[in-house]
Amino acid sequence: MTAVRTAASRIWWYVRELTGETAYERYVAHVRKDHPDAPVQSRREFERERTDRQAADPRQGFRCC
Amino acid sequence: MPEPATTDTARPERKMTPKSIVIWTLVALVGATGWGVLALSRGEEISAAWLLAAALGSYAIAYRFYSKFIANRVLKVDKKRATPAERLDNGVDFHPTDRRVLFGHHFAAVAGAGPLVGPVLAAQMGYLPGTIWIVAGVIFAGAVQDMVVLFFSTRRDGRSLGQMARDEIGPFGGAAALIAVFVIMIILLAVLALVIVNALAHSPWGVFSIAMTIPIALFMGVYLRILRPGRVTEVSVIGVALLLFAIVSGRWVAESSWAEAFTLAPSSLVIWMVVYGFLASVLPVWMLLAPRDYLSTFMKVGTIVLLALGVVVALPTLKMDSVTDFATNGQGPVFSGSMFPFVFITIACGALSGFHALVSSGTTPKMVQKETQVRLIGYGSMLTESFVAIMAVICACILEPGLYFAINSPAGALGPTLESASEFVKGIGFAITPEQLAKAAEEVGEQTVVAKTGGAPTFAFGMSEIFSAVVGGAGMKAFWYHFAIMFEALFILTTVDAGTRVGRFMLQDTLGNVWKPLRDVSWKPGVWLASAVVVGGWGYFLWVGVHDPLGGINQLFPLFGIANQLLAAVALAVCTTLLIKSGRLKWAWVTGIPLLWDAAVTLTASWQKVFSDDPKVGFFAQRDVYQKALDSGAESFGTAKNRDAMETIVTNSTVDGVLCAIFAILILVVLADATRVCVKAIRNPGSAEIKEAPYVESKIVAPAGLWPTAEEKAELAAAAAVAGGGSSGDGSSGDGDGTSGGTPVAAGKS
Repeated sequence: MTAVRTAASRIWWYVRELTGETAYERYVAHVRKDHPDAPVQSRREFERERTDRQAADPRQGFRCC
Repeated sequence: MPEPATTDTARPERKMTPKSIVIWTLVALVGATGWGVLALSRGEEISAAWLLAAALGSYAIAYRFYSKFIANRVLKVDKKRATPAERLDNGVDFHPTDRRVLFGHHFAAVAGAGPLVGPVLAAQMGYLPGTIWIVAGVIFAGAVQDMVVLFFSTRRDGRSLGQMARDEIGPFGGAAALIAVFVIMIILLAVLALVIVNALAHSPWGVFSIAMTIPIALFMGVYLRILRPGRVTEVSVIGVALLLFAIVSGRWVAESSWAEAFTLAPSSLVIWMVVYGFLASVLPVWMLLAPRDYLSTFMKVGTIVLLALGVVVALPTLKMDSVTDFATNGQGPVFSGSMFPFVFITIACGALSGFHALVSSGTTPKMVQKETQVRLIGYGSMLTESFVAIMAVICACILEPGLYFAINSPAGALGPTLESASEFVKGIGFAITPEQLAKAAEEVGEQTVVAKTGGAPTFAFGMSEIFSAVVGGAGMKAFWYHFAIMFEALFILTTVDAGTRVGRFMLQDTLGNVWKPLRDVSWKPGVWLASAVVVGGWGYFLWVGVHDPLGGINQLFPLFGIANQLLAAVALAVCTTLLIKSGRLKWAWVTGIPLLWDAAVTLTASWQKVFSDDPKVGFFAQRDVYQKALDSGAESFGTAKNRDAMETIVTNSTVDGVLCAIFAILILVVLADATRVCVKAIRNPGSAEIKEAPYVESKIVAPAGLWPTAEEKAELAAAAAVAGGGSSGDGSSGDGDGTSGGTPVAAGKS
């Protein structure tokens, strides 16, 4: 049973990392560690900025044929 | 510059243990047996299992030995040197990413429709030429290019290929590289759009399902923007469920009175594509592009895994000959020209693809956690893509050869009816009856499968055979066919959208030098104008491709192949120059030989396309033949049924021929400039300067390969102990919490 649970949690971790769902958590951790006094954006603001950045420079994350 | 000193990472290998000697001998035997069966079977049908054995055995040996040699002896990757992700970590684009996650990212970014299309077209010469090139090409050229570019870009804070060309070769070579990227983008988008137009023409089921992806993506976009920001996984699952429903409901639409509204001729589809391409590229990213990108990544990874399982479970039999006569006589209907050089430019993605160099420089290097991981991410991802190409070969070659040629020959040659198509196939030495053609179309729920060129329908057909053999039987065949079409259409449309944006960005950047406001990417009129230019560019070639009496794929695919391999030549030239400039002349052959091969292939192909006397191969010979016919007042000639069509061919051949010549000149410019820099560096090693980011010691401890070695496990445990307890820190031991992103020391835990 624990083996199944571990496997499931590993897959869940992988999927979330791959889809970029963890970007916000990573950002919060980064701000907390390196700039403890800086304000942290809300998830909504952060995700907005993230997609808008892609619009400003579409070469980021470009996919091949 | 003197050769860099050997690093700790690259110290001489220990002796192999008896156990690993036994294992690797067995792997070598499996691969050798596969190749042996492929080489010795003549005239009898063999199982696809042998093809898989040959490919997988070769990949394993190449990864274990050759890529390790390149990483340790040639590049001298250094596990103690901090990567840009560690030094410049900003939690956004620069952040150390777990190697397995980055492998997934990189693979999803390099693998698209390319490895599914080229091998299918090349199957007209039999399964053997394509397979040999895919396996040998990836091992010695494609994967090497991806890995070496990734390494050098990582050493340069993730600089792009164009910037590296300018920095390390010079402004001349850099400018040529920039022009090459732009032109290639236009041709690439046109060819990919053509593949989709051919697959969707006269197919109400297909058109309805693909059209439904737009509202689905819009819904996902709103969900992510407003309802639940950032919840990508849940919205993707919802999206995929809706997508499957759209495929199922396509059949109902095709069988209802709405069918007419969704039955579109190729020329109407071109107009829809162009309008769509323009709108999609000026809409905000969050509305259409981002959500569709999630959908297409889910579908891509899921389908490839399913296909691999399906091939292994079903183990279908290859019906195509191992080598057909078209390999030597160059008269194949799918594309003209003989095996050398045309197989090597038709199959780009999956063997050697210059486009990958754009992904390997720029995005991925900013996320590499450890230099030692470039082997897994660069070489490993490319081997995986190559495996996808092998599956495409299998999908094409399990079809009856007669059916394959009926699907892939140009419409002009096949004629208007099933009888004429059957006659044509007979004429080139294969057999299929009109009844078989009608039955094949009915099985997959299409009006016809004749002249569905471009590779996607053939691939979908083969995939539906494999899947229906495993799940659902013949009754599911139509579903699986449309599933495969949807899967290809989805990421081609995403590429059309994203590619138009990249093209526009480059155009604005360049034109901004002339007139400043154009560079501003938030100035709407500038954005619209630049988008219109880019869409107009690929739209022109798409229109031409759809209306070309000689067959658009037949004419345009070689151009796309030459363009892609030209980009590979630029990438390999940059790599070779860098190896020489950094004092590694004795290792320059690692990228130098692939470069020479690639240059020989590309230049021979361009030469033949420009100067060949055979009107089937040479663009200008083709032009002359039709011009002469026009001058003589003929009303029809060859596949051109009237004077308008003849004039179309004259114009198209001229444009295509001139483009080919431009590509060849660009290659020569880059090669000449790179040679100049290399000769200088060899004559006067002291003068060579490379623009590498300075050395900073790395604090991250992370394994290099997919599974940590015993030694790496000990290092991870030691690092975790220093960090104050916690788990053993090895990435493979419970990653459930997943919150420790880019923390140094225990990065293995992230």
